[in-house]
Amino acid sequence: MSTHEETPEEHLPSEQREHGAEAVKRPENPFADPGLPPHEHRVQDIDEAAAKRSERAVAFLFALSMVATVGFIAAYVSVPQDKSIYVWPLGHISAMNFSLGMTLGIALFCIGAGAVHWARTLMSDVEIPDDRHEIGASPEVTAKVKADWVQGAKESGLGRRKLIRNTMLGALTLVPLSGVVLLRDLGPLPGTSLRHTAWKKGKLLVNMNTNEPLRPSDVVVGSLTFAKPEGLEEHDHDFQKEIAKAALMIVRLQPENIKDKRELDWSHEGIVAYSKICTHVGCPISLYEQQTHHALCPCHQSTFDLADGARVIFGPAGHALPQLRIGVNDEGYLEALGDFAEPVGPAFWERG
Amino acid sequence: MKKLSARRRHPLAAVVVLLLALAATGGLYAAFAPADKAKAEESAQSLTIEEGKKLYSVGCASCHGTGGQGTTDGPSLVGVGAAAVDFQVGTGRMPAQQPGAQVPKKKNIYSQAEIDQLAAYVSSLGAGPAVPTKKQYDPSGADIGKGGELFRTNCAQCHNFTGKGGALTHGKYAPDLNGVSPKHLYEAMQTGPQNMPSFPDSTMPEKNKKDIIAYVNAVNGDDTEHPGGLELGGLGPVSEGLFGWVFGLGTLIAVAVWIAARTAKAKKS
Repeated sequence: MSTHEETPEEHLPSEQREHGAEAVKRPENPFADPGLPPHEHRVQDIDEAAAKRSERAVAFLFALSMVATVGFIAAYVSVPQDKSIYVWPLGHISAMNFSLGMTLGIALFCIGAGAVHWARTLMSDVEIPDDRHEIGASPEVTAKVKADWVQGAKESGLGRRKLIRNTMLGALTLVPLSGVVLLRDLGPLPGTSLRHTAWKKGKLLVNMNTNEPLRPSDVVVGSLTFAKPEGLEEHDHDFQKEIAKAALMIVRLQPENIKDKRELDWSHEGIVAYSKICTHVGCPISLYEQQTHHALCPCHQSTFDLADGARVIFGPAGHALPQLRIGVNDEGYLEALGDFAEPVGPAFWERG
Repeated sequence: MKKLSARRRHPLAAVVVLLLALAATGGLYAAFAPADKAKAEESAQSLTIEEGKKLYSVGCASCHGTGGQGTTDGPSLVGVGAAAVDFQVGTGRMPAQQPGAQVPKKKNIYSQAEIDQLAAYVSSLGAGPAVPTKKQYDPSGADIGKGGELFRTNCAQCHNFTGKGGALTHGKYAPDLNGVSPKHLYEAMQTGPQNMPSFPDSTMPEKNKKDIIAYVNAVNGDDTEHPGGLELGGLGPVSEGLFGWVFGLGTLIAVAVWIAARTAKAKKS
């Protein structure tokens, strides 16, 4: 024996070195299949009366389902739509909703419960082992498939009739283009529309409640008013699109409470007009606390100080709320002195 | 006594004195707290500013100042008007029990006659909105649909779309509107109590307020119908989704486990 062969011998367990390999008793297969436990019978397998009871129970559930379905149809036909009933613990509930839901629920539940009970008590529950078969197909089948493929390719004439082959490839290549073209619907690009709103110089501030233009005297300290630009009506086809950018909240502060110089310059006698659209993700933000002058966004709790240029004092918003510069026209109505100076709403890639 | 004075320079003496002083102040406050003890005797006298002033001196002056000018503990009442007094005292918010983020609604301890006297006194300090008449706030015949629109525009951001209320910043909140009388709803819109902004007649005319009251009564009253049943607080998809996931799916899982766990064998193992 060479040293090379002796060295590993040193590391073997001692009994193996002493008694040799045949001394170790191993079972033939340590992971042998223990087999199925002996089959146990159910009551229904032994007792015919119990089986009959189960059969009746299953039949009862199916029959109940039929009755419930008939009840559903009857409820649909007969229960008045506007009738309300009191059902504990649901409270005052529409009689039709309740009867339709209950009957359909019972009909479906009974089919399921009957099937489960049937399978558990009456269908055979003898355990059967089923060995896995080989994954690969037999050589004969493989050869047959190969031969069929070759014959099919020959019969189709794909190799011989080049015109057909090429036009088919062309057609298959072009078909997905219709899907690609539809991606155009993702556009067109917004262009500069995110930077402009319906406000412009001279547009009156129209009260959302009354649809009348506002006068400075209408807006008192501590009040909250929502306004839209003059000329934008609710039945306009683009009303939602425009108001989503132009929505305005108007509050009046004591001018001495306004801390921001620009805010004061852009206000009128303490009346300030701010965009109602949160600069975080564009929720309508108008949870205005009149004593603290804070406006809170209900979505992510961004808080803006309306007495200090609407700067962000809490939350994820990245910009102060844009302020609309307002004044009073010759007839004494509040008017915008231009569009918002910066884009309203959430930031976007090109906002800068 | 001698023993006591001998220990007056003890390091803990100051602490003991401070504790005693605090206990005395707290005890006195509890004994004379306005919410408990301000209940004045039933007054059969006619509504007068003088009577109101007396009530004011007992229940309100400690925070709002002897002449309603306001102190560091309470705002000036000059110009808030009778409607504000009727709302604040009528809903039990005032007199406040303690300072805090927001004064909560509690049991009102004044009679309507006393509230009227207080209101008369406060409105004599400076003109403000008057208590609305029944003709102004009675919602019968108002347009509930229009009220819904107005409510969603002006109120829903804080009070939830059916008036269930919601949280604001730093412990403040918009209260649930269920059970608030039409008069108090009207006065709240008119005067803007605490941190709520006001919605004066100049921007929200009387008719709009009536429509809003009619809407709130229709969707958030004690006998509001919920055709779907089990409104789950009326808070919208969060509570409904949670209920569906926890109880709906939970029931299905429990039933599936029960079916598989229960043996059908004759001999139970």
